[in-house]
Amino acid sequence: MARNTTSTGPTTGPGTGPGKPGTATAGAGRAKPRRRRRVGRGLQYLALSGYLVFLAFPLVWLLSTSFKPPRELVQLHPTLIPESPTLSNFVQAFTEQELGRAAWNSIQVSLASALLTVLIATPASYALARFKTRLGTVALGWVLLSQLFPFVLLIIPIFLVLRQAGLANTHAGLVLIYVVWALPFALWMLQGFVRNIPRELEEAASVDGANRLQTLRRVIFPLLTPGLVATALFAFISAWNEFFFALVLIKTPELATLPVALARFVGIEGTARLGPLAAGSLLATIPSLVFFAVMQRRLASGSLAGAVKG
Amino acid sequence: MLDRVSRRRVSRRVVAAALAGVVGLGALAACGGGSGDDEGSGPVKLRFLSLAWQKESLQANKDLVAKWNAEHPDIQVEYVQGDWNSVHDQLLTAFEGGDAPDIVHYEAASIGEFSKQGYLADLSGLLSDGFKGQIDKGIWDTATFDGKVTGVPFLLESQVVIANKKLLDAAGVAVPPADGGWTWDEFQANAQKLTGPGKYGVAWALKSPTNRVLNLALNFDGKYFYTDGGKTEVRIGDAEKEVPRRIHDMLYTSKTASPEALGMSGADTLPGFFAGKYAMIPGSVSLRQQMVEQAPAGFEWVTIPPVKGVSTNQAANPQTLSVAADSAHQKQAAQFLEYFLNPTNMAALAKGDWLVPTGKQANEELVKTTGGKQGWDVAADSAKDLTVAPFQMVDGYPEWKLKYATPALQQYFANKITLDQLGTQLVDGGKQVLR
Repeated sequence: MARNTTSTGPTTGPGTGPGKPGTATAGAGRAKPRRRRRVGRGLQYLALSGYLVFLAFPLVWLLSTSFKPPRELVQLHPTLIPESPTLSNFVQAFTEQELGRAAWNSIQVSLASALLTVLIATPASYALARFKTRLGTVALGWVLLSQLFPFVLLIIPIFLVLRQAGLANTHAGLVLIYVVWALPFALWMLQGFVRNIPRELEEAASVDGANRLQTLRRVIFPLLTPGLVATALFAFISAWNEFFFALVLIKTPELATLPVALARFVGIEGTARLGPLAAGSLLATIPSLVFFAVMQRRLASGSLAGAVKG
Repeated sequence: MLDRVSRRRVSRRVVAAALAGVVGLGALAACGGGSGDDEGSGPVKLRFLSLAWQKESLQANKDLVAKWNAEHPDIQVEYVQGDWNSVHDQLLTAFEGGDAPDIVHYEAASIGEFSKQGYLADLSGLLSDGFKGQIDKGIWDTATFDGKVTGVPFLLESQVVIANKKLLDAAGVAVPPADGGWTWDEFQANAQKLTGPGKYGVAWALKSPTNRVLNLALNFDGKYFYTDGGKTEVRIGDAEKEVPRRIHDMLYTSKTASPEALGMSGADTLPGFFAGKYAMIPGSVSLRQQMVEQAPAGFEWVTIPPVKGVSTNQAANPQTLSVAADSAHQKQAAQFLEYFLNPTNMAALAKGDWLVPTGKQANEELVKTTGGKQGWDVAADSAKDLTVAPFQMVDGYPEWKLKYATPALQQYFANKITLDQLGTQLVDGGKQVLR
C-alpha cells in the first residue's frame, strides 16, 4: 500500500523523498503515471470549472443585468460588472408588480403542491411497486397515457370543472391542478425507488415481529427518503415555474403567482423591460435555491443510508 | 440499517409533512377568495384586462382607472394587467369558460376571430355619435367585422425612420419636415451617402418580416390579398414585389443595409445604432421611447416621417378596447370606455406608450402638450397615413404568415431564393390556407 512507500507519498515529489537506496529508478517509473494522474485530475477540474461557469453564466448575467441602468443595457460591448450599478430595477419590480406578495403566493402554492404530491404518491407508488395485479399495470399505463395530452387541450374543461366546484380563482384550485399534474411522474419516479428497496428487508422486519405499518414506518420510509425528497423537489419546482394554469385560473391580481407577475415585464414581440425583469427573476430564484439547499442534504444523506450491506 | 434515533426523526418528519400538507391546503382553500362574481346589490363591478406594460403607460392606465372609480362610486372598475404574449390563450379560455373580463384590451388584427365567434359585444349602439366622430372611418373599419363594431381602436403604430442626427449632418443629409418625408428613392440614396467602412446607412430588423413588409407594401398599393366574388387569393404583382425588392437591393446590391440586422428585432438594433454602426433604423414610432430612455448622453436622434412610394399609406393595426358579449354590464362598460378614451385621456395613454392616438382631438392635444418634440410632430402627422389593409380582414392570414410568408421572406432576404420564387411560395401558401 502507498503508506509503506514514503517516497511515493502524496506530499513528496518523485525521487526527492527519503526512499531506500536502489528504489530511485522504480520511484521515477512510478512517478510518471502519478504525474499523468495529476495532469488528468487537473484537466478534470478544468473541465468541471468550465462546466460550472457554463451553468452559472446565465445566473451571473442575470445578476449583472439586474443592477444595470437602462443605458447600460444597450451597449454594443456590454460589461459583466455594471459601470453605474443601481437598485432602481429592484424598486420598480417591487413597486409595480408587488413581487413580494406574488412570491409569497408562489411559496404557499408550491409548498402545498409538493407536500400533497408526496403524500399521495408515496402510498400509491408503494402499492404499485409491491402488489402485482393487472389493475396496477393498467393504472401505470393510464398514468403514462395521461401525460400525452397537451395541457392546452385540457385547460378549458379543467377551468369549467374548477369553476363548478368554486375553486376557480383560488390557490386551492391551483394546488389541486399542480398535484394532479405532478402525480403521474411522481408515481413513476417513486415506484422506482420502492422497487430498489429489497423485499428481504420487509421480510426480516416481519420475522422480527413488526406489523405492516411498523415495517413501512421504520424500514421503508427511511430508505425512501431520497425518493421522497426528489419527488418533493420535482413537484415544488414544477409548481414554482408553472405559468399558464396560474394565468388562466387566477383572475384576482392579489392572488397572482410569480411567473404571472414576471410576465408583465415582457411586451410585444419579444420586447421586454430587461432591468426590472432581471431583478424580479433574480429574486424569484432565491426561494427555490433555498428549498434546494435545504432538501439536497436529505437527498444525499438518504442515499448513503444503505440497506442490506454488512 | 438506520439507527433508532434517525428512524424516529424521519418518521416524525413524514407525519409533520403530511399534517402540514393537509393544513396548508385547508388554509389555501380558505384564503382563495371565491369566484368574485358578486351580483348582489352595491356598485356594478367591471373587470378590465389591460395589456399596458411600459412604466409610463401602466401608470397612466392605473391613474385613469383610479380617477374613474373615485368619480363613479356606482361603477367600480378592477384593473387587471395581462401580457401580450399569452393574452390570446387567456382570453380564449375565459370566453369558452364564460368568465371573460368585461373590458378587454387587444389589437384589431386579433379580435376578428373572437368577434366572429360572438364573444365580443357590438359597440355601435352603445357609444355616442360624438365619441365615434373623433375617430376616422378608416380606423373604425379595422375593428368592424361582419358589420359589427367590436372594438374601439385607440392607439396606432406607424412605421417611421429613426436617424442619428450627427451622422446625417456629417453626410450632408437634411432632415425632412414632419409633414413631408423622403420618397423610397431618396431614402435609398441617403442610405448610400451614410454608408462607409464598417458603417451602414440602414439596419432593417427583419426577424419577423411579414407584418413589416405587408404594412409598407401599401406605399406602392401592394395588397397581397384580393377578393373577387367572395373568394380570396394571394396575388403577387409589381406592386407587391416593390418593397421586398428595394430592401433586398439595399442588402445585396448597394450594400447600404446591414446583413447582420436581418435576424434582429427592432430593439436589438439599438446597441449598434447608438454606437454609430447604423445611421438609420426603420421601425415603429414607439422606438422613440428607447431613444429617450436608453440613448447615451449627448446622442442626438431625429424622427424621419414615413417613407413615400406612390403614397405614404401604411396598414393600421390599432390597439383596441372591447366589451365581452357575456358581460352583464355592457352599457356601463361602454360608459367607462367613453371616459377612458376621451381626448385628454387618450392623449395621456398614447404618450405613455409612445404611440399615436386614433382620436383627432387627442392627437392635437398630444402635439400641443409635447410641443411636437421627441418626434411627436412626426408621429401625429403619420396618423393620416394609416388605414385598413386587406390582409387584416383575411381569416387565414395568421396561418399564412406563420407557415409560408415568414419563412419565404426570410429566405429571400437571406438571398437564398429569387424574387420570383418568393412570389410563387407566397401564392402557393395562399392556395393552401385559403382553400
